Order: sequence, then structure tokens, then C-alpha cells
Amino acid sequence: MTDNVNKSRRTLLLSTGAVGVVGAGFAAVPFLKSWLPSERAKAAGGPVKADISKLETGQMLNVMWRGQPVFVVNRSSKQTKVLESLNDKLKDPDSEGSVQPEYVNNIFRSRQENLLVVVGICTHLGCSPKYYPDLVPQQFDAEWKGGFFCPCHSSRFDISGRVFSGSPASRNLDVPPYAFLDDNTIEIGNDGEQV
Amino acid sequence: MGKIASSSSKGGFSGWINARLPVTQFYKDHLSEYYAPKNFNFWYFFGSLALLVLVNQILTGIWLTMHYKPDAAQAFGMVEYIMRDVPWGWLIRYLHTTGASAFFVVIYFHMFRGLLYGSYKKPRELVWIIGMVIYLALMAEAFLGYVLPWGNMSYWGAKVITQLFGAVPFVGDALVEWVRGDYVISDATLNRFFALHVVALPLAIVALVVLHIAALHTVGSNNPEGVDIKKHKDEAGKPLDGIPFHPYYTVKDIFGVGVFLLIFLFVVFVKPDMGGLFLEHDNYVPADPLVTPALIKPVWYFTPFYAMLRAVPDMQLGALIMFAAIIVLFFLPWLDRSPVKSIRYRRWPFKVMLSLFAVAFVVLGWLGMQGATELYKLMAQVLTAFYFFYFIWLFIYSGNEKYHEVPSRIEDH
Repeated sequence: MTDNVNKSRRTLLLSTGAVGVVGAGFAAVPFLKSWLPSERAKAAGGPVKADISKLETGQMLNVMWRGQPVFVVNRSSKQTKVLESLNDKLKDPDSEGSVQPEYVNNIFRSRQENLLVVVGICTHLGCSPKYYPDLVPQQFDAEWKGGFFCPCHSSRFDISGRVFSGSPASRNLDVPPYAFLDDNTIEIGNDGEQV
Repeated sequence: MGKIASSSSKGGFSGWINARLPVTQFYKDHLSEYYAPKNFNFWYFFGSLALLVLVNQILTGIWLTMHYKPDAAQAFGMVEYIMRDVPWGWLIRYLHTTGASAFFVVIYFHMFRGLLYGSYKKPRELVWIIGMVIYLALMAEAFLGYVLPWGNMSYWGAKVITQLFGAVPFVGDALVEWVRGDYVISDATLNRFFALHVVALPLAIVALVVLHIAALHTVGSNNPEGVDIKKHKDEAGKPLDGIPFHPYYTVKDIFGVGVFLLIFLFVVFVKPDMGGLFLEHDNYVPADPLVTPALIKPVWYFTPFYAMLRAVPDMQLGALIMFAAIIVLFFLPWLDRSPVKSIRYRRWPFKVMLSLFAVAFVVLGWLGMQGATELYKLMAQVLTAFYFFYFIWLFIYSGNEKYHEVPSRIEDH
């Protein structure tokens, strides 16, 4: 076979093939990219406002942002006082691996000490955790100090949305970008800094 | 195959056709002169039954698309419309939903047959591998179809499964967004799932089934004795222990079809939801992005793998183990090194271990449907470990296995 190979023909064959493969690669781009969120979906992902004036201490508000629940909790000082003591039971007490804006890099994981804003989606497989505010023993944890519990696969989070060791979730609850427009209104999905 | 039809050099209509398209030769190669071993038993019904269920799914699926709309605002209502208002719509939908479960029942029997009689072994490695690809495509197809009614279980099931792409290192989150076509499961997701479910995957599955059968007919069928019938042929080159597929096995399979339809239609008419096993109760509630059902579980045929996913307290590792559980099956032809195919001529250690493996798989399936308590989690961990241990054991054991002598011919029955 190799004896009577016409070199220039072979080069032509290979280069034609190579160009064809590159061309196919380019042609695949629109098909793959058409799966990305459309312009309409992006527009619908814009920021939302929430009125927090009527949120009593200990209460939680469920706000829809980008089609997913965002928990806004007005925490009592009783709830936030225990945060420090939980550190050694947590996977990531300092939220180093968390998805969160820089301005919430504190133990409260919030701009204002009492007001928690987290995406209410378990970082395991995306169920929505339930809010268990009271510091009383629970079926899933005898030493419960208030927080969130995911009914799907038993992930536990403290009142700052930090995940407990032994949970299938590996990351703390995400904190969305948010800003205070005034004392009674927050805007979720907007830092107030980029504008 | 591939040769010019010599037997059809006659004139007439069939001669004219055969000179242009080898229809007669094709019929002979795959039916009237395809020699299958004469000792097929009960386990050999499931291949042709899988084909029957595939036809049922395609036919009822086409009819369902005539009344359904892949629109997040309308999908749930359209399914109710099919059930209540479309003439005979309830029957067509129940044939489709029960058919999905029946497909997996049949496929699991079909695969276990392969494990029993060593059908995956040389020279049938490709038949097995193509079959495994069909199994994967079928799982994708079933999952996508499950999302279409847009019930609350559809929604959260879709959410959990697409979230698994997030386990891919580095690009995980971007990949999840790409698959969903939105920041969350939404109308865009439903639309593309519909396209994949009714066009892309059915095409792929039909093509794969053609390859599966083509590969099988190239090497010939295995049998419960695990004997190669091609070693002993008569003067005409026909295997002495073989009989033509048609009419012998077509007739046998029609009997199998009769029994199957009796059971299948009983379920369709009397218990189409199978007490929440085939159609889950939470899916009779429309999709609600803000409320997760108390217990998220997939349909029964995924639960063994789901139990493995949940058993691991780390998402990436859990996803990895779940996929590994399926991928390991692809390598079965090389993990089982024993020269003996059929379980009939293998000794008790293999029989015991294969039985335990089957039991572990079924119990894992049961665990995957239960809430996650500590005891169940522990059980799932032990059984997942055993699932993988089986393959390691098999590789070591089969390397130097003692077995009974295998006859060279199939004895008369």
C-alpha cells in the first residue's frame, strides 16, 4: 500500500480532512450555544425588590429571584449568639469555599448583623431547605441551635446558612448579591456598587 | 449480506426487486436462515419483548405528541386534558407510562440473562457494549419523559438530576446553566427536554437497536448451555444444534408476547400507577418552584443508583460512584476471565455471588425509595460497597476458576 502513495495527493487528503474537522467544529458552535440562557431568560434574571419593614424578629421571607427562592431572615440576637460556638461542627465555618459577595465575609454572612439573605437552594442537589428557627432538639439533631434542614437528603445548615459536617451538601448556602435601597427595602441581584 | 442476491436471479416482480434491493437475502440472513441455538428457554423471551415495548413506546408516543404542548404554563393541563377529554387519551397515555416501566422490567431480565449465561463474553463483547449504550440512552429517555407532565416531582426530579452536572470539576455550574437553558428549571428546559425525548433520543435508540441486532447476527446467539453451535455444522454449513429463527422462534416469541400482554394490559387497565411506583403521587400536583416534595425519589428503575448517590456524604464522590456503577458494567466482558460462559457449568462460588449481587441490586432499589434514615444509609453504603466488590471478586476468582466440563454439543431435550 505505502509503496505507491502519491505524496502530494496524500497531503491534499490530510489537509482537506483537517479543514473539514475545523469547519465542523465551528459549525457546532451555534448548536451548542443555542442551549445557553436566552436574552429573555437573562432579562428575567434581573434584580428584585423586597419590603422588609413588616418582617418581625425571627420571621423568614421567601422572595423569588431568578426563579429560585431567596430566604430573607430577620434573626434574633438569641439566634446569632450561638454562631461562634458552632464553628468546630461545620465544614467551612469561615465560608472560604462559599459563593458569596465580599461584603458578607463575616460570621453573620450578611451586610447587617441580623438580616440574613441566602439562596434557599440546598447546595447538594437543589432542593429547598426548611426553616427551623427554634433552638430546640429536633428529630434530625438533638442539639439543634436553629437553622435550615433539607428534607431531601438531610443536609443541615446553621442560621447563617453554613453547612454542618456529616451533611451531603459540601458548600454553605449561597449568598446572592444584594443591597439596601433604604431602611425598609432591599434589592436582591444588585450589589449597589456596580451601577 | 453485502453480496449480490444470487438466489433471486429469476424474473418476475421479486426478481426485479431483488436485482435492485436484496430483500429476499435480508429476509434469509435475519429470519428464515438465521440459525439460533435450539435450546432457548424462558430468559430468551426478553429480547423480542424489548423490541415490542419499543414499538409500543414509539407508537403511543407519537399519538401523545398530537395532544400535548411543551409549555411550562400548559403542560400539566395538557396531560390532564389527554386523560379526561381526548377520546381514548387515557389508554394511550397509560400504555406509554406503563410501557416505560415495562421496558425496564424487560431490559433488567434481558441483562440478567446475559449475566447468567455469559452472553457478554467473547465474541459477543460488542453486542454487550452496544446493549449497555442502549440502556444508558433508555435511562436518559425515561428521565426526560418523566419531566414532560410538569408535575412537582417532574420539576424537582429535573432539578436534582441536572444539578448532578454541577459535580463536574471547574465547569460544573456553567454546565448546569447550559443544560437548563436558564438559571433554574424553566420553560426553556421543558422545551429542550421535549425535543430530546421525542426526536433525538428515539432516533438514537432505534439506530442502536439496529446495531445491537446486526452485531448479534454477525457472531450468532449464545444459549443456556454456553456452547458455540457454529463449531458443529452439517455438509450444507448449517449448525447441527441450530434451528431457523423463523418459524421456530417467531412462533415461540409470539407465545411470549401473549403472556406478556396479559400481564402488561392487566397493569394498564387495573393498576396503571402501581401504587405510586410507576406514576408517583407527588406528580399529580403541578410544578412548584418554591415547594420541594417531602420525599424526592426517582421512579423505581433508577432507585438502585439513586441509593448509591445518597449513600455517599459528598456530592462529587456520590455522583462519581453512581456513574461508576453503570460504567463498570461496560467492562464486564474483560472482568469475567472464565472461559466458561453458562452458569450451568460454573461452581457454587459464582452461583452464590451472582445471587447476592442480584439481591444487593434489588435491595438498593428498595432503599432508594425510602426516606434517608441513618440505618438505611448504612445499609446502602454496605450494599454499594458489595456491588463494586462483586466485580473485583469476579476478576480475581475467574482468573483461575474451577468449573464443570462443558459439553461440545447441545444434548437433545
